[in-house]
Amino acid sequence: MKPGHGDVLLAEGDPELAEEEERLIAEFRRQLDQGMWAAVPTTDGVRHEAVMVREFTEVPRDAERVVFYPSAAGG
Amino acid sequence: MDAAERRARELLRSVVSAEDFSAYEELGFISVPGRGDTASGYAYLLYPHRPLVAYETAGGRLLSEYCVRFEDEGERLPDADDVLAKWIAVHGREHELIATANLNRPGHQVDPGHVSRDLARLRAWRVARIGA
Repeated sequence: MKPGHGDVLLAEGDPELAEEEERLIAEFRRQLDQGMWAAVPTTDGVRHEAVMVREFTEVPRDAERVVFYPSAAGG
Repeated sequence: MDAAERRARELLRSVVSAEDFSAYEELGFISVPGRGDTASGYAYLLYPHRPLVAYETAGGRLLSEYCVRFEDEGERLPDADDVLAKWIAVHGREHELIATANLNRPGHQVDPGHVSRDLARLRAWRVARIGA
């Protein structure tokens, strides 16, 4: 999520391929270093959930995407 | 609706349930059960760029407001992104989100009468969807 813009595709690739996984990990870390929070949307067809992840290794291998959004602060 | 909000709505649609997305489009807010479980007895109303409003699901009694904002580099998230960020945070980090937010009594920023009317709209909307 990008303020004033809506969502932006940051990176895409197949984590089973070493070169693409490296690129995904680098972008993942860059986003978290910028203070973003990361979540993986999930669904079993009925329930829709979001799993928070703090490390790339926590991202399920079959995840379709990771959503980054600004961290929360008291308003 | 501007392009940013259109993009944000597409993202919202792709993450939340069809019912939640319809609620956002038709009512302007989403209701999310506490602890991700309707048996919790409470839920949050998620409005764009307004505090989360916690309420009892049984009688609609308002419990509290949680004022939270997502760091935005001086620019606001599109409305649908703001609601989605709250939706994700409530689902994935409810305790952390609530601990971060500024806690206030109902009515601090959001008019309780307005919320009560929204809860009535939500009930009627859900009944209509079941009957449709």
